[in-house]
Amino acid sequence: MPEPGLTLERLCIEHRGQRLIDLDLRIAPGECLTLMGPSGIGKSTVLAAITGTLAPGFLLSGRILLDGEDITRLPTERRHVGILFQDELLFPHLSVAGNLAFGLSATVPRPERARRVEAALAEVGLEDLGPRDPATLSGGQKARVALMRMLLSEPRALLLDEPFSGLDAALRDQTRRLVFDLAAERGLPTLLVTHDAAEADAAGGRVITLG
Amino acid sequence: MSDAALPATTPSRRRGVLPFAPALTLTALIVPIAAGLGFTMAPAFGYLPALGGTAASLDAFRALAEAPGFTTSLRLSLTTGLAATALSLGLTLLILAGWHGTASFRALERTLSPLLALPHAAAAFGLAFLAAPSGWIARALSPWATGWTRPPDLLLVQDPNGIALTLGLVAKELPFLLLMSLAALPQARAADRLTLARALGYGRVTGWLKCVLPAVYRQIRLPTYAVLAFSMSVVDVALILGPSTPPTLAVQTLRWMNDPDLSMRFQAAAAALTQLALVLAALGLWRLGELALACLGRAWATAGGRGHPAAEALIRGLAFTLGAAVATALLAGIASLALWSLAGHWSFPDALPDALSFRTWARHAPALAGPAADTLVIAAASTLLAIFLTVACLEAEHRHGLTPGARSLWLLYLPLLVPQIAFLFGLQTLAIGAGAGERIGAVVAAHLVFVLPYTFLSLADPWRAWDARHATIARALGASPNRALLAIRLPMLLRPLLTAAAVGFAVSVGQYLPTLLVGGGRVATLTTEAVALAAGGDRRLIGLTALAQTAAVILPFALALALPRLAFRHRRGLHA
Repeated sequence: MPEPGLTLERLCIEHRGQRLIDLDLRIAPGECLTLMGPSGIGKSTVLAAITGTLAPGFLLSGRILLDGEDITRLPTERRHVGILFQDELLFPHLSVAGNLAFGLSATVPRPERARRVEAALAEVGLEDLGPRDPATLSGGQKARVALMRMLLSEPRALLLDEPFSGLDAALRDQTRRLVFDLAAERGLPTLLVTHDAAEADAAGGRVITLG
Repeated sequence: MSDAALPATTPSRRRGVLPFAPALTLTALIVPIAAGLGFTMAPAFGYLPALGGTAASLDAFRALAEAPGFTTSLRLSLTTGLAATALSLGLTLLILAGWHGTASFRALERTLSPLLALPHAAAAFGLAFLAAPSGWIARALSPWATGWTRPPDLLLVQDPNGIALTLGLVAKELPFLLLMSLAALPQARAADRLTLARALGYGRVTGWLKCVLPAVYRQIRLPTYAVLAFSMSVVDVALILGPSTPPTLAVQTLRWMNDPDLSMRFQAAAAALTQLALVLAALGLWRLGELALACLGRAWATAGGRGHPAAEALIRGLAFTLGAAVATALLAGIASLALWSLAGHWSFPDALPDALSFRTWARHAPALAGPAADTLVIAAASTLLAIFLTVACLEAEHRHGLTPGARSLWLLYLPLLVPQIAFLFGLQTLAIGAGAGERIGAVVAAHLVFVLPYTFLSLADPWRAWDARHATIARALGASPNRALLAIRLPMLLRPLLTAAAVGFAVSVGQYLPTLLVGGGRVATLTTEAVALAAGGDRRLIGLTALAQTAAVILPFALALALPRLAFRHRRGLHA
């Protein structure tokens, strides 16, 4: 019986002979774990290892397991790991609906695609914004589109790279609650990295401090 | 297994052919140059069995040394090349020192940067039409100021010392060096350095030269070397603006190559090789000059002089006036090309023709259709290949971390540093037996050698500046590397992609020597047609042909500007 959730099994990352990261942990479905530490300590390197986008020159040992499956060597697109960055990084050449549809699997047939995009927009209170240019959205709207784009790709784990630090205080709480609610609702193991102790507290789960 | 350290790139198990892109690209650049140089060297040292040369000898070099006018040609190439480079670099630096960051500078930049694309031959014809004894300037000043009622008997262009050639090259190279420097300024943190210098009490120009120049020059050294190598060995501009008896070494070499007496090819090969040696010697000389100036500059920088306000004002005024004069001359040159192509009767010293008509256009347009089509086909093919290779290299860098080192930048500049005639001579020998289709293919391959460095230099910075987290997001959403490239990166980089293509197209359209030599004289483009008209005096036809050549580079640039605006007119995020 495979263990559900995201497991980092004796994960070790080295760069130029220097050991940057040494982690052994498991995040259960629906759980949020926070990695906290000052910038430059290698927090984002952990996320890059999990998404499979480590820059050349980094050496990785140990295993990354997602719901029991070893994804350590899988290409990024087959890992089913969703990620949100501090910037929303909406694709500027696509409409809001186009951005959301990019997240949908190609196996979803066409009429169903439009319906799911509509439903995703409605779920976060952005009905009718589908045809809009993403550059014309407010910061909070962009964050919600980025979140739904990621969720439409049906990830099995969620990575958050300081995703709320670009938002002002009121919007930050609201967006954070939305992200955590939707992640918990879908039973996603969530890994948050931040340099901000308040952010770690707000996440509410276990906190591992690096450095 | 799980404990073994893995290199981070293992996730993509199928690496495909992409990792070979850099090697393929370097092959496309280096092989023609190396093969061409080899086939130039052999006849230079007496080996060309087809013409009876089977034993190594130095006869060709002996004949060359005794050829009439040889030393003058040598001196002309050296002096015009060095002078054109020093003047265009000096003017570039003084314009930047005096004006960078001001509104006047932006106006000058906006005027000069599109002129970079202007084919050398068209620019040279335009300048000749202005400066010739019967040119626009003489007409504008006659007879009221000069008293001339007929064109004066003066060698204003094609003067024996190559002054017109030098000035023409300065006009054409100024936009190039200016744009290359502008690209270097942010990395040199020019604005911060200048602010710092001025806070210490240095004048604008003095502060710039003492604090910013050293950092900028390091980055424009290769472009400067390219300007020197080009100016010393250019053929088309020298045919139009340069002296003819004797001409510069490159032009003289071409004459010997085309001599009906085939045995002259040995001497021509020796001359082509001498051209290479001359350029290498000049580059060495330039490097020594750099070191000497750097030494003097360090002493000057630490001596504490803040710059005299009057001298600063004088330098700024002079730099701007000369920069504006270059822009005006190039633009007026294009206008005079257009005017001559439309001119009816136009007698000296009238400033304007009696009447304008499309007679020249109607009469000669059909004959230009063939060369125009060949220009288009060759430019489109070489540009597409160049863009494909450039994107493949840059994507290989992104996916597999194949970051090029400083040495590959030199290799990229190699086609711009080796004088064209030195290796095209050999390629011509290779292309002699080719059929018509192969000839076009060979010309495309030869153009690719010159187009590739420019498309690469143009696209690399915006490509690398792109936020690669977009790719991470796309991949995390389930997109393959190719889909992330095609559906996200390329559309987001559409504008720089099309600009790079327009630059490449313009470079191809402007090529004279590769088309002439590798095409064996039987591939006619607008550029070869225009330059071939230089010896005759039909200004209306020259005007029309050079204008067509100009249009062939302006239209792609217009498209490169217009298409992204049209395609993404509702996407504000792409126009920031």
